[in-house]
Amino acid sequence: MIVIVDYGLGNLRSIQNMLRKIGAPSVISGEHDVIAGAERLLLPGVGHFAYGMERLHERRLTELLQQRALEAHVPVLGICLGAQLLGRHSQEGDCAGLGLVAMDTVTFDRSRLGPADKVPHMGWSETHHAGHPLFAGMPDTPPAYYYVHSYHFACDDPQTVICEAHHGYRFGSGVQAGNVIGVQFHPEKSHVYGSQLLRNWVGMEFSAP
Amino acid sequence: MKRTRAIPVLLLSQMGMVKGKAFAKPRYLGDPINAVKIFNEKMADELVLLDIDATQRGSVLFDWIEDIVSEAFMPIAYGGGLTTMAQCAELFSRGVEKVVINSAAIENPGLIAEVAARYGSQAVVVSIDTRCNLFGRWKAYARGGRKASKFSPVELAQACEALGCGEIFLTSIEREGSFAGYDLDLLRSVTSAVGIPVVAHGGAGAIAHFAEAVNLGGASAVAAGSLFVFAGKDQGMLISYPGQAELAQQFWGLTKQ
Repeated sequence: MIVIVDYGLGNLRSIQNMLRKIGAPSVISGEHDVIAGAERLLLPGVGHFAYGMERLHERRLTELLQQRALEAHVPVLGICLGAQLLGRHSQEGDCAGLGLVAMDTVTFDRSRLGPADKVPHMGWSETHHAGHPLFAGMPDTPPAYYYVHSYHFACDDPQTVICEAHHGYRFGSGVQAGNVIGVQFHPEKSHVYGSQLLRNWVGMEFSAP
Repeated sequence: MKRTRAIPVLLLSQMGMVKGKAFAKPRYLGDPINAVKIFNEKMADELVLLDIDATQRGSVLFDWIEDIVSEAFMPIAYGGGLTTMAQCAELFSRGVEKVVINSAAIENPGLIAEVAARYGSQAVVVSIDTRCNLFGRWKAYARGGRKASKFSPVELAQACEALGCGEIFLTSIEREGSFAGYDLDLLRSVTSAVGIPVVAHGGAGAIAHFAEAVNLGGASAVAAGSLFVFAGKDQGMLISYPGQAELAQQFWGLTKQ
């Protein structure tokens, strides 16, 4: 069973609706035993980074998520803020994250944005990938996804980046570290491109390192 | 190529979908869930739902909104009757991505900062309904265009940006339902005064108007009601949304962004 982690933030219902559409059963839960028993974990999130981490700490979910991801090698998919939380640190609230992916979350570099490139970056962007299995079977190339964010990933190793979008400049919009994947965009709100991505994730096998 | 959003706006009233002109004479069009299903099939970029009775009624119809939203596989913004953080939190938990604050932006602007601090600026849209008053000055209106405020749309947009709002949804009251095109002077005045995205609304009658709003008005996205729900001016109901190729040729492909 896929567990959508409920920590008091995020559009949990939208994600569950999209999973239901592709025939993948899921539960929404913040309970430790439910999360510990999950075959896959989906970490949603819409909102402020530091506020999100506080909610995870408050519910004692930080260590549990780290344990499931790093020791039990449970596949994790973070979406939007949920993906940013997978990193080490964010400039939003100057706050430490879960540390599952070697990246930080940084604000858009306004000196590199054009006059029409507003922050938040909001809307549909073509998302370029180099044949990652998460993007298999898309009806168009490159697929377009819905983005809403003011901060973006900054990875130590370019190999961690699985896809990129453009807003003033190219930025990594998807990351993978073994069984842990994060996407900045919203697959649950990206029509057929999103449903296909979630279908691919549900079918992906991850070998333990 | 940069894709600029084209957003259908669905007005909700009396448990149905309606559309009027210049904030008057709403005409019943049917069940909004059917409209949402059609916009799904046509892969609309985003939807804005506005309950035009909610402020007067003094409540938000959460269950109904959830029923509508559960059919939508694109981002949804909801507006209507929002005065408290608790209402906004309830909407987010039920599958809404953005809340649209209108009267409260004038009457209780602290709500903007409160929601932005918890859910982020991107989740807070301020809708500004505006028209010229008798003295020829642009004023922002609350309560469905009925109550004038002391603010110009530029002043209100700047104040809301400072409070943490992530997007301005700018409606020309007089152009609503007119098919006459967006008010480009109004748009320019606001887009040049704020750093956040401004969505143009009120007057779209053809796809050609979208590119004007972006190229001449400086809008970051365009929204339309009548264009997407009527076959044409003074014609019958027809829910439609241009295909990706049509949008690329007649809209994004022509924008300078």
